[in-house]
Amino acid sequence: MTDLSVDLGFMTLKNPVLTASGTFGYGLEFTPFVDLNKLGGYVVKGLYYDSRKGNPPPRLVETASGLINAIGLQGIGVKKFAEETLPRLRSYDTALIVNVCGDEDEEYAAVVEYLDKQEGISAYELNISCPNTKREGLCPALSPDTTHAVVKLVKQTTFRPVITKLSPNVTDIVEIALSAQEAGSDALSLTNTYLALAIDVEKRIPKLANIFGGLSGPAIKPLTLRMVFQVVSRAQIPVIGIGGIMTGIDALEYLIAGAKAVEVGTANFIDPQSTLRIIRELEAYCETNGISTIEEIIGTLKV
Amino acid sequence: MHKEPDALIVKKQDWDGYCLLRLKTETIASESQPGQFIMVRPSENLHPLLRRPFSIHSVQDDCVEIFFLKSGIGTTLLSQRSEGDRLDILGPLGKGFHLENALPGRKVPLVGGGRGIAPLYFLAQRLRELGGLPCIFYGGKTLSDLPLKQKFEKDHYELYVSTDDGSFGFEGFITDLFQREFENLSPSCLFSCGPEAMMRKLALVAQERSIPAEFSLESIMGCGFGACWGCVRMIKTGSKEEWVKICEEGPVFTGKRIVWQDEES
Repeated sequence: MTDLSVDLGFMTLKNPVLTASGTFGYGLEFTPFVDLNKLGGYVVKGLYYDSRKGNPPPRLVETASGLINAIGLQGIGVKKFAEETLPRLRSYDTALIVNVCGDEDEEYAAVVEYLDKQEGISAYELNISCPNTKREGLCPALSPDTTHAVVKLVKQTTFRPVITKLSPNVTDIVEIALSAQEAGSDALSLTNTYLALAIDVEKRIPKLANIFGGLSGPAIKPLTLRMVFQVVSRAQIPVIGIGGIMTGIDALEYLIAGAKAVEVGTANFIDPQSTLRIIRELEAYCETNGISTIEEIIGTLKV
Repeated sequence: MHKEPDALIVKKQDWDGYCLLRLKTETIASESQPGQFIMVRPSENLHPLLRRPFSIHSVQDDCVEIFFLKSGIGTTLLSQRSEGDRLDILGPLGKGFHLENALPGRKVPLVGGGRGIAPLYFLAQRLRELGGLPCIFYGGKTLSDLPLKQKFEKDHYELYVSTDDGSFGFEGFITDLFQREFENLSPSCLFSCGPEAMMRKLALVAQERSIPAEFSLESIMGCGFGACWGCVRMIKTGSKEEWVKICEEGPVFTGKRIVWQDEES
């Protein structure tokens, strides 16, 4: 029996498989398919302080081995989450990570301040990298200074661990990763979606009402894997890899590159049980290769 | 809601542009209601990536049928599958038609345009079982858009057919034929699925005549079970209008709740 647990320093996960925010609803949507207790943890859909209307449709377009979305973080807000959803999630014995959003730095702080009063949350993931809420993908994760400011403010506000979710739409992600680390982030998650465009050639209009969207799915895996490897080589805090993970092999690539854990995203839509399958595939790989604890393979890329 | 990774294709019918697949899935078949849908994975590979939504066209014993227009890569790949192949499906999903408005002994028009006829066959089956009198309005651009005509005829449904080009039946829109027949039928309610413009027109007719009407909407869907928030439409709830997930609260909505899209969209 392989020990799949991973130690992030500030918390231990029973296995390295988490779900990516925005692809797993508030967790409950998946309970017909997935025993949440079996996951390393789950990251629920991004929460602003108030409920959020979201973008007009069409919000989705499929591209080659990828999905471009422009949902615009439609959601229920912290109060409804705390009153209606969280009580139903507390019975699950696994890490619940809440993805936190804000229009301004102060809103991120207000969200964690409110949620700090609620029990049953393991950590926050700061969504400073959603490409779909402001014009042309503008977000704090695009510069080291804006990243530093929001992470610092949130860290001053909360007692819980903070994972900062970075954007791939930057020139040098290492610089931004180090800025988040310097501001006190406990971990990093790499990455959010890639700002993208798809065109209807008959009508000569964008296929999404929002014009741009964020690309996810297998198409982006090699791109994000590269960034994860670059960041783990320089940062001291743990990195969680996200992007195009459909199988245990995909997850292993991230772990070997140095990610301590992974988040499974788009795969949840196609196979709602893909997280459980990926955990089984990781276990099978370890057994076949005589690996007794999964931590043995983290960061073992030979270059 | 069940995941059936190996649903056997037990029957396939192919027409010019359209396809019907009958899938063996006891659990999904036994729980399906008219207006609900299933998500079908068109390929085991990474392209095309997402499942495709299909309304349940009929339930036959332990099988469900889907009927679709070959319109893109997903539906084209599915139309190339053969009897004996297996498909990965999820279902039944969503909320279907409310049959309680269909009063026994009163005519119930089911108005379908093109591929929108798909869920209405199952609805007709169920209404008949409940003692209702479904009458089918089936419209298409041209005769080849009406591949299910014989199926409805064979089952002796009261059938009204229109084609835009007059190649068969009434020449013009199915909405015009429906309005012409309205007084004769004196229906207690109306159910419909098809192009936006057709359904919007029918919603107006239903409102003018003060009969309840339900419409099955369609959208690109990422997951089909409420997780991705990709399939929204503007829906009225009381005095509030908001983006509502079609997969979860629909795909069937009453005409009064739907905010119809603009003429040009």
